[in-house]
Amino acid sequence: MPLSLRREPELRRPLSAHAGGVDATAGALPGLGRFPGARRGLPHLLRRFARNRLAFSGLIVFTIAIFAAVCAPWVAPASPIKADFAASLRAPDLRHLMGTDELGRDVLSRVIFGARGSLEAGLISVGLAIAAGMPAGLAAGFYRGRLDDVLMRLTDALLSFPPLILALGVAAVLGPGLGKAMIAIAVVYAPYFMRIMRAQVLSEREREYVDAARAMGAEDRRIIWRHLLPNSLAPIVVQGTVTVAQAIIMEAILSFLGLGTQPPTPSWGSMLNAAQQYLTQAPWLSFWPGAAIAVTVFAVNVAGDGLREIWDPRTR
Amino acid sequence: MLRFLIHRVLQMIPVLFFVSVIIFVLINLVPGDAARLFLGEEASPEALAALRHQLGLDRPLYVQYLRWVGGMLHGDFGHSFKDNRPVLPTLLEKVPATGELTAAALVIAWTIAIPAGVFAAWRRRTTGDYLASALALLGLSVPSFWSGIMLIYLLAVHLRWLPASGLTPFAQDAVGNLRALIMPATVLGVAQAAVVMRQLRSSMLEVLSADFVRTANAKGLADRAVLTRHALRNAVIPVITVMGIQMGTLLGGAVITEAIFAIPGLGRLAVDSIYSRDYQVLEGVVMFSALAILMINLFVDAVYSLVDPRIHLAGGRS
Repeated sequence: MPLSLRREPELRRPLSAHAGGVDATAGALPGLGRFPGARRGLPHLLRRFARNRLAFSGLIVFTIAIFAAVCAPWVAPASPIKADFAASLRAPDLRHLMGTDELGRDVLSRVIFGARGSLEAGLISVGLAIAAGMPAGLAAGFYRGRLDDVLMRLTDALLSFPPLILALGVAAVLGPGLGKAMIAIAVVYAPYFMRIMRAQVLSEREREYVDAARAMGAEDRRIIWRHLLPNSLAPIVVQGTVTVAQAIIMEAILSFLGLGTQPPTPSWGSMLNAAQQYLTQAPWLSFWPGAAIAVTVFAVNVAGDGLREIWDPRTR
Repeated sequence: MLRFLIHRVLQMIPVLFFVSVIIFVLINLVPGDAARLFLGEEASPEALAALRHQLGLDRPLYVQYLRWVGGMLHGDFGHSFKDNRPVLPTLLEKVPATGELTAAALVIAWTIAIPAGVFAAWRRRTTGDYLASALALLGLSVPSFWSGIMLIYLLAVHLRWLPASGLTPFAQDAVGNLRALIMPATVLGVAQAAVVMRQLRSSMLEVLSADFVRTANAKGLADRAVLTRHALRNAVIPVITVMGIQMGTLLGGAVITEAIFAIPGLGRLAVDSIYSRDYQVLEGVVMFSALAILMINLFVDAVYSLVDPRIHLAGGRS
């Protein structure tokens, strides 16, 4: 049963002699049982997710990355910005597990601190994209008409730009900096969430429970917030996970090009940019930041795949 | 077909309007004065005022927008702040390099992705499927600019098999051109292959569970015939959409790959224009990329009906 209807006592009344509880309501209102968590809720979904070992491992790795980023000052073995010219361009050894850069800074510490910017960018920019795209999609899908036409054409226009080119265009306007890069990334991905939300709302608004709510006198705002929104969140969550991975890569690219995190603050992208000129004598400078990006993004992608499998069994 | 094309072009007009508005807004939000960017910091106030008047920058915004759109319709994308060259010829000079890289990357991508996607769906939940899916996920996760740098280190610096950067025109040195394309095309192609492979696997899984495939198997058709003659053809429509998006995106310039391998294409032009604050050129690249994607979407829509005759171009499936 959609989450919202648990608070509507009139709709829980069984309509058949064999009825009882949730199943009866689902039977009385045929569309309801289709929501994957309808019968058993969040704990069941989490158990199914945990049974997918690869997805669960991805979640663990991502959690470790977040933990390392948050606790960087205590986890990192050295300062990420303090130079030590006597130790510059040292290969990995017991003292500097990932070697040192051209200024003698410990690469492992810079990779750990660099996680902050990348993960912040991934999570916050996707949060902004959802905050912008979801209400637009809700409004377009629910009210239709002229508003829907305008929003869809605007979305089509934004989706006509290659994502990275659009991000570069916006970032060039806003200027360099992590916060501005996050806004540029959010502008790129907001149309995707708008489209997904609109598609979900178009489907859900035709369901019987919406008709029932309207027949009971519910206003548009109540229908949207109490009924449509909770039942339209699943694909947003799945897409959000996928988009976090893409946003991490995009932030790394913007930082690589000098438009994201600014020095001396470490970021994986800017570390890769600086490492290019030392590729011949210090290849480890290029290896470790890129490996960090690849491992983190891989973890997010497998976790996202696991989420998608729960909600769409056809992809199993 | 002609009626369909006209209908789609008319549908594109409002989208093009919004695309032009977005780019115009971006151009006008760029920090700094356009006249000062042209003439430099030392320019006199009189010279700046005269140039602003000449460029129409002292007119109301809607007049500037209409002048700008009118100019673009006549092929005038503005002038570079750096060398005062017209932007459109500069863009067109870079298209061949980007076009070559795009074509090579897509050949590699589709050559890997189509057999891999079909195999993974056919051998669902076997070791082969898990391996192919894991490799695809890896291809999606490894940033192309990192794999490019690593390939340069291995193949150019360490083994000296291939050149690290640059792209000689094919007409000048065909072998050199192809050698220079191998690494960047592979880096791009592998990433794109992952996307197509996953989409094809997903579509094939859906089609392979359909009744007509069960009937084909029951009739005793060989697996290969079922896959290629029946399943693949029905599964390919969403994959064509993805391929079209890839083509458009890459034609807009594989920005980071061109920057790393120093390929003189649209992507590298975009990066150089950012560093030199030549925003007219950057916005020209942005506009060109958007137009490329819109044109390719139109082409892809026309291809649908060739692949699946049941799709009537005017109104979806029959």
